[in-house]
Amino acid sequence: MEQRLANTLIMTVNEKKFIENALVSDIRVDGRRPFDYRNLTIRFGSEDGSSEVQLGKTQVLAFVTGQLVQPYRDRPNEGSFAIYTEFSPMADPSFEPGRPGDSAIELGRIVDRGLRESRAVDTESLCVIAGKVVWSIRIDLHIIDNGGNLVDAANIAALAALSTFRRPECTVGGEDGQELTIHPPDVREPLPLILHHFPVAVTFGFIGKENIVKAGGDGVLQSVIMQCLRIASVKAGDITSKIKNAVESYNTQRSLRKIKRHNPSSAVSNVAKHHTVREPNSQSVDTNALRASQPSCATPVDKLNEESTQVNPETKSTQQSSDMNSSASTHEVTDIGSPEKQSNTLKDAVKPKHKRRKKSTSNVNAN
Amino acid sequence: MEYVSPEGLRLDGRRPMEMRQLRAELGAVSRADGSAVFEMGNTKVIAAVYGPREVQNRSQQINDKALIRCEYTMANFSTGDRLRRPKGDRRSTEISLVIRQTMEACIMTHLMPRSQIDIFVQVLQADGGTRSACINAATLALADAGIPMCDLVTSCSAGYLNSTPLLDLNYVEDSAGGPDVTVGILPKLDKVTLLQMDAKLPMDIFENVMQLATEGCKAVANYIREVLLENTKQLENRRGV
Repeated sequence: MEQRLANTLIMTVNEKKFIENALVSDIRVDGRRPFDYRNLTIRFGSEDGSSEVQLGKTQVLAFVTGQLVQPYRDRPNEGSFAIYTEFSPMADPSFEPGRPGDSAIELGRIVDRGLRESRAVDTESLCVIAGKVVWSIRIDLHIIDNGGNLVDAANIAALAALSTFRRPECTVGGEDGQELTIHPPDVREPLPLILHHFPVAVTFGFIGKENIVKAGGDGVLQSVIMQCLRIASVKAGDITSKIKNAVESYNTQRSLRKIKRHNPSSAVSNVAKHHTVREPNSQSVDTNALRASQPSCATPVDKLNEESTQVNPETKSTQQSSDMNSSASTHEVTDIGSPEKQSNTLKDAVKPKHKRRKKSTSNVNAN
Repeated sequence: MEYVSPEGLRLDGRRPMEMRQLRAELGAVSRADGSAVFEMGNTKVIAAVYGPREVQNRSQQINDKALIRCEYTMANFSTGDRLRRPKGDRRSTEISLVIRQTMEACIMTHLMPRSQIDIFVQVLQADGGTRSACINAATLALADAGIPMCDLVTSCSAGYLNSTPLLDLNYVEDSAGGPDVTVGILPKLDKVTLLQMDAKLPMDIFENVMQLATEGCKAVANYIREVLLENTKQLENRRGV
């Protein structure tokens, strides 16, 4: 399990002396002062729950995915989460492919401890059916480039990914309250995770007189530990605000994208993806609009409404309650699509003539 | 659940600042270069040290220092329910790494270049504080093996339940979900080499709890010194000095 020491960085005496001498005058090798952080950039991927963090030259990717599983026997109403780290061999010449080595596991455990024991991720909200089905969240951390301070960067990446992750909404229904429906993201807006607080990691290195050590070195005095804690709390505040700003801008962009999607054509086609009954809606609108346009201009709107109400009774019989919401959204869609809409009258609620129904069913068959 | 009664007694009848009973025995594994059994209350740990010996894997040889390897395992029968633990599971790997780094701080590795020192620690009974017991047992085993160290490493844990700092948590108090601070120190030099914590604590309370754990470490160090002194006297007797 130990990595090959042949490929690790071995520093020459000159390099060590240079670093020590620079530190005497409070300058680090890249010109920073002892308590300065490198530039932090947080970017998000195209999917919810993926983030990329760059801390100076260090690059870390984080992906969050969720799955429905059976809960642990001793915690039947709590979800779970697990962290997997991968030290990609492209990040550093000393990283080996295959099973994670010691430092990979240590990094994973540190991030895990920050999130789990401090209850940052609310596991009780991940429960769907107590004792049977809960959400299991999996966080994958990939190190792309090792420029030092992997723990901090990985932690920030994990927090950013968790903040933007959305899980599909599930409702429990059916006769005995045990039937589970998972709503696809187009039907119902997926929900974010509940994060109580942000545990931020801040790593300190102590450079001794003879050798440069990172951990397990000579040991430090207690007063030094308390001083480091105070500095860390200040830095943690900085980093938390940076993460929150990045997440907010991502969320606003995301909601802008969602609003743009509510175009008549695109939205109806979205709806059409999931239920075949939806297709006739779009199709029959077109064909009937064509027919209707011939006699008069006022009627197409009526026909539009009738089509949508006509679709409703069919869906009610065949699908579950979730579709009421989606049909409501189709109402919305048609509203936006046809600006000169008349409000629904009792006439629309009346069951359509069998002629119309035949047309739509024939369209169903055609599809 | 009440972890500290109004009279100030914990679940097992101890006072908040009281450690569990310590017991140590040297030379338990006859084939090993050094070995020790360390008990902290109901937590029982056995440690064996092999070394310094030739490096088994040439590619890992370090030319100016000794290579320290450490392996931490929990016996199947150590906890309440007999679990079959996979050997390389993450918790064991992390604790092995932690013990290795802590011992590397005190062993004078530059005196034994191109050699290897193996520390094997196994938990026989787990009742909270296994990490600390392992480090204490490893220190004793290293001393029994005669490996040069700059100071002993002792470790102890402390927690904070019912608004009271508690020293040396047992399993029930540990699984209460409250904070658990494990500290490892070099007692003579008064330096901290290991500091790990679960859950969260406000900073001023953390300082108190860490201070309490450090006091516990010093008490363990006194006990370990007594045990080593007693052991050396016995060795002298056997030699006929």
